Amino acid sequence: MTPAEIREEVLDILSDIAPDEDLSNLDDNVRFREQLELDSMDFLDIVMELRKRYRVQIPEDDYINLASMNTTVTYLEPLMKDIQREKV
Amino acid sequence: MYDTIIIGAGMSGLAAGIRLAYYEQRVCILERHYTIGGLNSFYRLRGRDYDVGLHALTNVTPKGTKTGPLARLLRQLRLKWDDFAIAPQLGSEIAFPSKRLKFDNNERTLRDEVAWVFPKEADNFDRLAREIIDYDDLSETHAGISAREVVSSIIRDPLLVEMIFCPLMYYGSARENDMDWGQFSIMFRSIFLEGLGRPAAGVRLILKHLVRKFRALGGELKLRSGVKRIITENGRATGVVLDNDEVLEARNVVSSAGWCETMRLCDDGQPVLNSRAPGQLTFCETIASLDAQPRDLGHDLTITFFNDHDKFAWQKPEELCDLRSGVICSPNNFAYDSPLDDCTIRITALANFDRWRALEEPNYRLEKLRWYDRICESAVRFVPDYRAHVTDTDMFTPTTIVRFSGHDNGAVYGAPEKQFDGRTHLNNLFICGTDQGFVGIIGSIISGISMANQHCLTRA
Repeated sequence: MTPAEIREEVLDILSDIAPDEDLSNLDDNVRFREQLELDSMDFLDIVMELRKRYRVQIPEDDYINLASMNTTVTYLEPLMKDIQREKV
Repeated sequence: MYDTIIIGAGMSGLAAGIRLAYYEQRVCILERHYTIGGLNSFYRLRGRDYDVGLHALTNVTPKGTKTGPLARLLRQLRLKWDDFAIAPQLGSEIAFPSKRLKFDNNERTLRDEVAWVFPKEADNFDRLAREIIDYDDLSETHAGISAREVVSSIIRDPLLVEMIFCPLMYYGSARENDMDWGQFSIMFRSIFLEGLGRPAAGVRLILKHLVRKFRALGGELKLRSGVKRIITENGRATGVVLDNDEVLEARNVVSSAGWCETMRLCDDGQPVLNSRAPGQLTFCETIASLDAQPRDLGHDLTITFFNDHDKFAWQKPEELCDLRSGVICSPNNFAYDSPLDDCTIRITALANFDRWRALEEPNYRLEKLRWYDRICESAVRFVPDYRAHVTDTDMFTPTTIVRFSGHDNGAVYGAPEKQFDGRTHLNNLFICGTDQGFVGIIGSIISGISMANQHCLTRA
């Protein structure tokens, strides 16, 4: 997956977790927590969804990398570059 | 081999099951009873539908609210707000002999009532509301703090203190005469700052959504499958033995049976067995079917919490029931799109499990009839007398609660001491539900979700 595809996938996961959130104005540089009503349970779901969809394992110590869209994509890029995006 | 076995198909067990099945675990929920629900179930009797337990959902926030337990559990279980179709309460009341306080789902209503009825306490009440801890800031340290001490240090009028405690204790205190400050904060927030509501179809709607979701995700639910024993080996649970001696193996076991009840199931002669006192607070409830809508009889309140003297006693009664206080609930008095066909008034009163259990037939049946009348007579001191309109009745006692929920003493809110982290002496056995720390329907669903998340989700 390219960084752009990873971003799309993370957006899709976010819309799954928080269906009522408007994600169209998401600022990739700003922490998710500051612009979306996400709590720690929701962050766990980002991790779990990546595992469910792509078998990407993220150790607990690395959760901190999922702060904003940019840090998330940067973190996931090496882990997901050889993975084909599922058609949704 | 299951990834996770869950003991009990109540709200917490089903919620835990959904979370784990959603993330592709092999999950089995075991329920001793022939139906789901546990403390919050439903039944049909002589052509009418009844709820058990549920008066109202607490924590009810409007559609679109993004924070709070209701929003959180809907997101976590991938349910829509409309799935539960919760109708808000019409308005409720705390009724003491000399004063009454109304409240509804607008937090200002109670505040204004306090300012009107207790003018000197208006500022203090605001201060109390500001002190209430947010859900996410709760920790075990708050469990050791006496809510009575905190509240009495802010509110000066002892009558107002009693009136605030009455509904909160009735809807969630496992401890006699006091609450933990953390638990008080949860209850205050869930009832006075969020609110009460009910799906028109009652608790069965919520349970049906949970079961349907769980099964659609591949989860297994076994009814009439009581767990006789949790098999232990070297500090781990390896599985369970059912009442019919069938053995099921699992990597993790989550039990909603209660703390003491779960410890008793462990076959390692669990030393913590007697270290924790079981709960003592249990109820009788009378259920009256009416031939008219309660509001046509002059009763338009959703819930009335009453107490017939200025001090509120929250303790195991000496007699079979305590007639001094109670909760009067009409499932009809919610803001539904169209009125319910069945008209009902339910009254809950504190009861003494030991005394009910000691009764043998036919005395048990006789005392049920006797106390049905007494409880209703006690209640009509505070609401219009509906007794001439009763077409059918039912009643449950603490022994009924034990039969259907398996909880010691019929203790609806479990043991006074909670296990907030859900951990036990076995490193893969966890508890969820009432004895983990959250009570009520929303609370137990949140309990199941958070225990599944913390302990089982990342371990499979």
